[in-house]
Amino acid sequence: MSDPSNRAPETGPFYPRDRLWHPPALTPNYRTTVLRSPQRAPISFSNTMSEMTGPVFGHSVIGELDNDLIHNFAKPGESAHGPRIIVHGRVLDERGQPVPGVLLEFWQANAAGRYRHKKDGYLAPLDPNFGGCGRALTADDGSYAFRTIKPGAYPWPNGVNDWRPAHIHFSIFGSGFAQRLITQMYFEGDPLIKLDPMTRGLSDPRAVEQLIAPLDMARTIPMDATAYKFDIVLRGRRSTMFENRLEGN
Amino acid sequence: MPQPLDRLKETPSQTAGPYVHIGLMPNLVGIHGTHTEDLGGRLINDRTKGERITIEGHVFDGTGEPLRDCVIEIWQADAEGLYPSPSETRGAADSNFAGWGRAAADPQTGLYRFETVKPGQVPFPDGRMQAPHISFWIVARGINLGLNTRLYFGDETEANANDPILGRIEHKTRVPTLIAPRHGDTFTFDIHLQGTDETVFFDI
Repeated sequence: MSDPSNRAPETGPFYPRDRLWHPPALTPNYRTTVLRSPQRAPISFSNTMSEMTGPVFGHSVIGELDNDLIHNFAKPGESAHGPRIIVHGRVLDERGQPVPGVLLEFWQANAAGRYRHKKDGYLAPLDPNFGGCGRALTADDGSYAFRTIKPGAYPWPNGVNDWRPAHIHFSIFGSGFAQRLITQMYFEGDPLIKLDPMTRGLSDPRAVEQLIAPLDMARTIPMDATAYKFDIVLRGRRSTMFENRLEGN
Repeated sequence: MPQPLDRLKETPSQTAGPYVHIGLMPNLVGIHGTHTEDLGGRLINDRTKGERITIEGHVFDGTGEPLRDCVIEIWQADAEGLYPSPSETRGAADSNFAGWGRAAADPQTGLYRFETVKPGQVPFPDGRMQAPHISFWIVARGINLGLNTRLYFGDETEANANDPILGRIEHKTRVPTLIAPRHGDTFTFDIHLQGTDETVFFDI
């Protein structure tokens, strides 16, 4: 399942997760959380091998067009509608070290704000040339990049008139199952972000800012695509140099 | 001001939302051609060592309705208790075992199912053995941070009684929420997000 790597594998326990940095399970303004949020305290324990290990994916799971949502569902010679963008960034751990070989999966609405999913009844049209999903594997320096169209904002049945800001969903695998993460990337300057029940579930404004990708003119392709930068931070592993048992890096 | 510690903050979680299948299992929702196959659909093949078992169940919300839109990932050791991961330091796991699986709840019934092998035992950091278990991670619309829990096996009474993590659970009446009863080769693991039977979730 994994490609051989020259780097020593990551081992050792993770820093405890700062649960106050994440949204709490219950954020009543996002109404679906009311019946889906556990109400009892989670139980903590030190990481075992079950949490410190995790699946690792190799290049075999990455197809040629997986990082090109403009073309990976389009008919030959055609392309998806909408503003063409590059999304790029690095996956780092909490110690600031790049994390190579990370599988990223991403999905999004089309330029009109419609998902290719039978549960999405928004009246905006489907784009016959846009599927809305892709994959990438981070390089040795933790970097990734893909090409897509900027998704549209869309209304959703929560409050009477709630709109999701434009966003791209990300699923991220690290080297351990305890790093498993799903998040959403937002776009700099979107006035809907501050009205959004999901970003408002984050108590620290800096946590919201961490999810907002800035326009990155240095990575734009002139006459083709603008670019947004989205760095992702995964949980880091503790250094175990001074611990009693040698089990870490 | 002392020097900064130069630690980054983990990227905050956001819900997987109702359309999570587009990203994680596009072929399941009719998006064909982008990926040849959905990841995580097969844990085992004909040569995998170990006892074949089926894991199935539902995830229930606070009214007792099954979630029909959730996605579950599992991670487990092979039949010898080794993980097929570069971070496994104790030896090489069965090369015919993926260890990781991903399944969506059935859109009509909410049933999820995995075909796998029963895992061996894995040590706790202090050297005691943990009971055989499977790590679960549950995401869905309305779940802001993926939920971690574990399945333990109903036919492992003695190992479960000595498991260091089950032993940490102060309210012993909650331990059965983690234990899947066996019927034939099938273990049923129902997960309750709320209520008197609320499953024990872990902060790992």
